[in-house]
Amino acid sequence: MPRLSKDQRHHITFTLNGEEVSGYAEPRMLLSDFLRHEIGATGTHVGCEHGVCGACTVRIDGKAVRSCLTLAVQVQGRSIETVEGLAGPDGELSPLQQAFHRNFALQCGFCTPGILMSLCEFLEHNTNPTKEQIGEALSGNMCRCTGYSEIVTAALETAKELTVAHKTER
Amino acid sequence: MKPAAFDYLRADSIDEALECLAQLGDDARVIAGGQSLMPMLNMRLAKPEVLIDISALGELDYIKIERGMIEVGAAVTQAQLANWPELPKQAPLLQAAISHVGHFQTRNRGTVCGSLCHADPSSELPLCLATLGGEVVLASIKGKRTLSASEFQIGMLSTAKRADEMMIAARYPTNQAHTGYAFDEFARRHGDFAIVAAAAVTLGDKIRLGIGGVADRPQVLELDNPNGNSLDDALNTFAWELGGSDDIHATARYRRELVRRLGKQTLQDAIACRA
Repeated sequence: MPRLSKDQRHHITFTLNGEEVSGYAEPRMLLSDFLRHEIGATGTHVGCEHGVCGACTVRIDGKAVRSCLTLAVQVQGRSIETVEGLAGPDGELSPLQQAFHRNFALQCGFCTPGILMSLCEFLEHNTNPTKEQIGEALSGNMCRCTGYSEIVTAALETAKELTVAHKTER
Repeated sequence: MKPAAFDYLRADSIDEALECLAQLGDDARVIAGGQSLMPMLNMRLAKPEVLIDISALGELDYIKIERGMIEVGAAVTQAQLANWPELPKQAPLLQAAISHVGHFQTRNRGTVCGSLCHADPSSELPLCLATLGGEVVLASIKGKRTLSASEFQIGMLSTAKRADEMMIAARYPTNQAHTGYAFDEFARRHGDFAIVAAAAVTLGDKIRLGIGGVADRPQVLELDNPNGNSLDDALNTFAWELGGSDDIHATARYRRELVRRLGKQTLQDAIACRA
């Protein structure tokens, strides 16, 4: 691959929530900033910008990662999921979002997009999680409002709901 | 916080990356997962001219067992190692330690070799390398060299890797029969840097205790057949020798107490699980 010059903006194309998007980025541009400023997808929030708070968590090729510790040029051709992709096309909230709503699992909501994206991957791999496992998964996301217990409850309810949905399907 | 400007090169081969390092030396930095380097770039503690991305190099994306060592290529993420089916059998110490390395979201990108190169004194993977007596493979256009853990990590955030070199693999000794392993750490939040981390291995009559988070790099104590009082004395001497200092997270005294207590507990856990 040719060296991308720092003095230029480079054309970047990737899939965002199933749709192809593109824009221009200098090599140093963070994925979090690219999503917000270049694409206009402001659902992903930016907190600490050094990987500690987890507010900017998105999924790249299915894996929950920090978008503030990823460069826009690194996601060329990859598939990105953000909080904007969780609700259905008609705006119906996903089961996890509904559980957050029911359980008051957010107050100010700043950390919520990151927590939702983290839990989406976690619940795919852990269909019957314990409170402790959820707590460990959430250790990478800071919430200063809720005290976490409502978030844990929402995650437990969602896991149960998804398991029931799977069983009914069979 | 935004990084200072740099050129970006996604290397197509190890040779291309090494060629670039040979030309630029200190002005280039290698990025794999970026979970340590990206914060340093964002805070402008690192300002390279060129960033060489090796994360997509298939030739560095492997885990294999060779001559009693688990060799982990430089593009292998911590999550890949954690999910490696052989891990519980071949490396129980790494199996116990890996869930303490950051959070699952950072393990999804952070690499094993990247953590070793960053050489944070409290990080888990360098501690395991030192305690198990592993080694690392460094490459430059002049060739490769292999360094032991103690030769490699020379201080806080500093290693013997030269500016024209990059780490291409790390090697951890495989599990031995009749050996016990244990790992534990104390941190303010799960996944944060440990205030004190302890790794223990029993080898025949000997036991080895590695401590991270106190000295400027992981330090290993080896003891013959320790028993009650002599163990407490040895741990106390070790705690003082490590020379920890006060910081915002804990006092030196608190760290010494953790070495005595967490160290002893971890040793006992290793002895108890010896098959």
